[in-house]
Amino acid sequence: MDKLRVKFTFVESLIKEPIIWKLGREFEVVTNIRRADVQADRGWVILELEGQRDEIDRGLEWVGQQGVRVDPVYEDIVEG
Amino acid sequence: MTMSFARNLKCRECGRDYPLDPIHVCEFCFGPLEVFYDYEAMGRAVTRDHIERGPPTMWRYAELLPCNPETAVDIGTGLTPLVRARNLGRLLGLDRLYIKNDCQNPTWSFKDRVVSVATSVAREFEFDTLACASTGNLANSVAAHAARAGMKARVFIPADLEQGKIIGSAIYSPTLVAVDGGYDEVNRLCSEVSDKYPWAFVNINMRPYYAEGSKTLGYEVCEQLGWRAPDHCIVPLASGSLYTKIYKGIKELSWLGLVDWRATRMSGAQAEGCSPIAEAWNRRSFLIKPQKPNTIAKSLAIGNPADGYYALKTMADTNGAAATVTDEEVVEGIQLLAETEGIFAETAGGVVISGLRRLVEDGHVRGDEVVVAFITGAGLKTQEAVLPAIQPPLTIRATLDSFEEALEERDGVLPAARGA
Repeated sequence: MDKLRVKFTFVESLIKEPIIWKLGREFEVVTNIRRADVQADRGWVILELEGQRDEIDRGLEWVGQQGVRVDPVYEDIVEG
Repeated sequence: MTMSFARNLKCRECGRDYPLDPIHVCEFCFGPLEVFYDYEAMGRAVTRDHIERGPPTMWRYAELLPCNPETAVDIGTGLTPLVRARNLGRLLGLDRLYIKNDCQNPTWSFKDRVVSVATSVAREFEFDTLACASTGNLANSVAAHAARAGMKARVFIPADLEQGKIIGSAIYSPTLVAVDGGYDEVNRLCSEVSDKYPWAFVNINMRPYYAEGSKTLGYEVCEQLGWRAPDHCIVPLASGSLYTKIYKGIKELSWLGLVDWRATRMSGAQAEGCSPIAEAWNRRSFLIKPQKPNTIAKSLAIGNPADGYYALKTMADTNGAAATVTDEEVVEGIQLLAETEGIFAETAGGVVISGLRRLVEDGHVRGDEVVVAFITGAGLKTQEAVLPAIQPPLTIRATLDSFEEALEERDGVLPAARGA
C-alpha cells in the first residue's frame, strides 16, 4: 500500500459537491483529511490518501476531471 | 562551552511540539515545523557587546541560531557590506536608501547563510551526505559546504542548466546529477529520493534549521545601521522563506532588547513570469495559486512556494506590498544598480531594484524611510541575462587616431585634452 499527501483546491461551484466522499467510494482509496480551510466561495483540503499507487493515480485523475485543482503537498523543492 | 538555545520544533499550523530531529512536517496536520528557542535564557546571554566581539561572519550571532557554534561549518559567510546608496537613492527619491550586498559571500549568494546552518546541524545529526535540488546558487553553496565539512554531496540540477552554474558546483566535486525532465518532474524525483535515502536534504528534512540562517541578514542590517531596525525592507520573493526570516530576525533583536521596535515594513518583489505570491497579494487573497515559472530570474522561479502563505501574512501584518516586474525591467534593474552604485547583481537583484522603483512610484515606499534593498546574489552567475543589453567595447587599432575616431563616433564629441 502506498500513501500520498495531496492538496485539493475547490472553486465556488464545487464547494457543495461531496468529491472526497465519492473518491473514497468509487476508488479503492482511503481518504484521511488532516487540515482544511473551506469557505463559502473557495476552499482547500490537505489529505493523505492510502491505496495501491495505480488506484490513487486513477482517483486523482478523476478528481482533477471534476474541476478540482490537485497539488502535491510538498512544495517546490528545486531552489535557485 | 557555548550551546544553542533552540529548545524544540513547533508546528506553525497546529502548534504541536516536536523534539529537535531531522524532520520538517507535522505528522498530524502536515504543517511546516519551525525552530522554537528559549528566549529568556537567550536574552540573558546575548548583548550588543557580546555580538560585536564575535567573529566577522554570520557566526557572531551563533547564540541565536539552532546549532552548536563550536562545531559550526563556517566558510566565512556573512557580515557583508551594507552600503549607503546615495546615487540610486537620489534617482528614486529616497533620502536614506541602503543596499545589503550579499553578493560578497563565499559562493556569491545569500544561500551560504542557510546552508552553513543546515550543514552544521546535519553534522550534529551525524549525516554523512548533504543534498539539494537547485538551479544554481543553492547547488554551489551545498557543494562548497559539503567539501568543507568532509561530507558527501549529492546535488540535483536540471539538465539544461547554464555552463557557469554547473562549474560553480562541479569544482567542489559533488555527485552532480543532471535530471532530464521538466521542473515538476525534478521536484517529484527529489521528493522520492529524500524519502528513500538517509541524507540531509538541506531544504527538505533540514528545512526548519536551514531557514533560520536567513535571520542573520536581519541581524546584520540592524547592527550595521547602528543597532537600529530599518523602516522598510525590500526583499526578493521565491519560496517566501528569506522574506519571513529577515523579519523574524528583526523581531528577535527587538524581543531581546537589542534594538527598539520600529514596526519595520516588509515588501517583496517577483518577476512577472513567476509571481505566485505577488499575484495572491494583488488579489487580496492568502490562497497561493501555483504557477509554471517562465522568467530569466531563475533563482526566484518557485511556482509553488513553501512559505508563500506566511509571506503574505507578514506582508499584511507589516503594511508591506508586493511588486512584479517584467524580464526587461529585471535587466534594467541590474544595469541601474551597477551604473549608480557599482554593484553587479544577479537577476534577483534586478527584480529587487526594479521592484523598489515600482513601489516608490506607487507610493508604497516613502522618501523619508530608512529603506534596505536586499541584493542576494552576484551578477557573474547570470551573465547571459545582461549580455544583449550591455554596450560592446570600442574596438580599435592601437593608434591614437583610431581611439579618437571611435570615441567621436560614439559620443559625437571628444573629451577635453590636457591644457585645452
